[in-house]
Amino acid sequence: MTAIGIYQILFFFLIILALTKPVGMFMARVFQGERTFLHPILRPMERLIYRLSGVREDVEQHWTQYAGAVLAISIAKFAFTYLIQRLQGFLPLNPQGFSTAAAAQGATPMTPDLAFNTAVSFMTNTNWQSYVGETTMSYFVQMAALTVQNFTSAAAGIAIAIALVRGFARHEVKTIGNFWVDFTRATVYVLLPLAFVAALIFASQGVVQNWDAYTQATTVEGATQTIAQGPVASQEAIKQLGTNGGGFFNANSAHPFENPTPLSTTLQILLIFVLPAALTYTFGSMVKDTRQGWSLFAAMSIMFFIGVFTAYWSEQRGNPILAQQGIETAVTATQPGGNMEGKEVRFGIAQSALFATVTTDASCGAVNTMHDSFTPLGGLVPLFNMQTGEVIFGGVGAGLYGILLYAILAVFIAGLMVGRTPEYLGKKIEQKEVKMAMLALIACAFSILVFTAISTVLQFPKDSYWNPQGPAIGNLNNAGPHGFAEILYAYTSGTANNGSAFAGISANTPWYNLTIGLAMLIGRFLFLLPLLAVAGSLAAKKQIPVTSGTLPTHGGLFVGLLVGTVLIVGALTFFPALSLGPIVEHFLMRQGRLFSLAIPSLMDLPWLS
Amino acid sequence: MWSQIAPAFRITLVMTILTGLIYPAVVTGIAQMVFPNQARGSLVTVDGKVVGSELIGQNFSKPEYFHPRPSAAGAGYDGALSSGSNYGPTNQKLSDRVKASVEQYRQENPDYTGPIPADAVTTSASGLDPHITPANADVQVSRVAKARGGDAAAVRQLVDRSTDRPWLGFIGEARVNVLRLNLALDRDLPRK
Repeated sequence: MTAIGIYQILFFFLIILALTKPVGMFMARVFQGERTFLHPILRPMERLIYRLSGVREDVEQHWTQYAGAVLAISIAKFAFTYLIQRLQGFLPLNPQGFSTAAAAQGATPMTPDLAFNTAVSFMTNTNWQSYVGETTMSYFVQMAALTVQNFTSAAAGIAIAIALVRGFARHEVKTIGNFWVDFTRATVYVLLPLAFVAALIFASQGVVQNWDAYTQATTVEGATQTIAQGPVASQEAIKQLGTNGGGFFNANSAHPFENPTPLSTTLQILLIFVLPAALTYTFGSMVKDTRQGWSLFAAMSIMFFIGVFTAYWSEQRGNPILAQQGIETAVTATQPGGNMEGKEVRFGIAQSALFATVTTDASCGAVNTMHDSFTPLGGLVPLFNMQTGEVIFGGVGAGLYGILLYAILAVFIAGLMVGRTPEYLGKKIEQKEVKMAMLALIACAFSILVFTAISTVLQFPKDSYWNPQGPAIGNLNNAGPHGFAEILYAYTSGTANNGSAFAGISANTPWYNLTIGLAMLIGRFLFLLPLLAVAGSLAAKKQIPVTSGTLPTHGGLFVGLLVGTVLIVGALTFFPALSLGPIVEHFLMRQGRLFSLAIPSLMDLPWLS
Repeated sequence: MWSQIAPAFRITLVMTILTGLIYPAVVTGIAQMVFPNQARGSLVTVDGKVVGSELIGQNFSKPEYFHPRPSAAGAGYDGALSSGSNYGPTNQKLSDRVKASVEQYRQENPDYTGPIPADAVTTSASGLDPHITPANADVQVSRVAKARGGDAAAVRQLVDRSTDRPWLGFIGEARVNVLRLNLALDRDLPRK
């Protein structure tokens, strides 16, 4: 690690720290229906949306109605995205003629299973890329389907988090707000204005924004180069701000047209963290005790620093197997050294490791570097970030409701240790809350581990419909423990609604499209529905007064307890799987072991031989 | 839930128009007006013909040009199929490919015997990296100067002019834009 690399990380963190209070306060005002400086301009738009959608602003919802609205809009979002993708051949803004007879030879067909996977993926805020944007999707799909999903899945996430916060803030009431109102306000006052400004900054840096056909260039040495174009800047902004992460292009934020400069990459990671970080303040403000919000912020920050410095250290240390071949892996004044496979020169090691950590701390999943080519311990950080439920700032809304779930568990565990009924923010945490929290955690762990286990051993005949590559491990790009990690990463990313990948795995087959799609549905809905139930149950409870026996949920003790809970629950659940993947790979790499892809069969798994 | 279906479809339609059509259209309009060059892909033209984009790497193999990094995009620098190699650190293919690249790099730059800058033999994340590190450019200076029959100092000066510094002096890395550099060479130091 270098001093300059560490300064880059600290610089980023200090900006987030500075933005947390003003943005958090702004959101608290928006969601409590107070006027802000944007109301004179945007209030008419908000009212127009209610009128056109037939929503009554003044009606509050019981948690079951709120959850019903979340499910209903998810169905609508899925239907829109699926249909627009499948019909792209008949729709405008398709200069490359995808899904028509005019499509180029290398174009990928928009099959039903791919459209299903992408629709689920964008509806659940996962944005996993089974698709290769530049060879599959028309500009119309990118805008009217994907950009829209980026906005709406983020807005839904914020709405759910706000509903849960109301559960803590309110006493003895049956309602937790109105989903349509929270959803609309998140879009109109928070996401749209910020995305608009960010999109223009991206455009100034060189992110493309046009509807032109792909450019045909004749290179200096006389070859032909086709350069993909598109309305990228507008999507890039909300892709980061909404912690969505689905790339316009296959290479996502590593593509120079998505992320051309160090400035643009800094803005991208700021956009990823700004709302999740600010929501901790919104939470503190709404429960009328900002120390509570800052405690969550502190716990998240500690875990952020552990992760980012582990990843940075490991990537800077590089790959000893390559170092042996006479390659410079130490930093010099004119090159960054380290593990440069799958990294861009303009980002070097520090900004790549920082981006990889941030994108998986949050449920973003955008990448400016290829995680598949990370060193084992460098790749372990993104994996573990996702497996702990992305609560280190986390997805917009999802991070806050995720960490509140862990807070409930933390006070429960503390309560068990001292033999008192646990309380959080003046609410008794009882059987129902703990059951719901555990349901959410177990559903996610189940989805990750069971799907991974099945794909590791499942056999298909060669050229079968479900998986033309044959056995499900035939889709891997790497052998040995790294191949296993590719599968584990895929289901982890799907379940955690992240969307980044160890991208070597060829996941665009019906088997993977379907099962990863299911993992995304489990990870989204079996997480948020239990939480909405908790919100409803909490809102109905009486507030109990603070006594000398109450565990204070601000300050160092609670922060330590919360960090401990997240790390221990994560480690207990996933250590066995991780030790078969990145952990054993780390030791084998240090020994110089290499792995080749054999033709796999059940009795000849490459990592058993 | 069923009572919520109607507003769900209506609000999704409204949002599709607002965030899927109006928002990108407004951004496109403003971007094309204020940043016309960037919004259209930072294209570089020589004699009225598009030779590429300043932001998208392209292949160079002749000795009188600086060479970019190896690329995993399609058959190499395929601007319509961005991709990294996605080789893990213990992949035999990674080791073999790097070995071949090292041999080729040594052959192309026989005057240099030190350790090879990592970027010169590794593929980038996008396969379209337009940059190389200053260290990598340094190694190639003597080959390019020889091939052009010019002196190394003049080439080095052009390298400096094509080098972008980190933002604010410490964010990101110093980097040499290969296309910009090679076009500058053709302009200022044509082959003798």
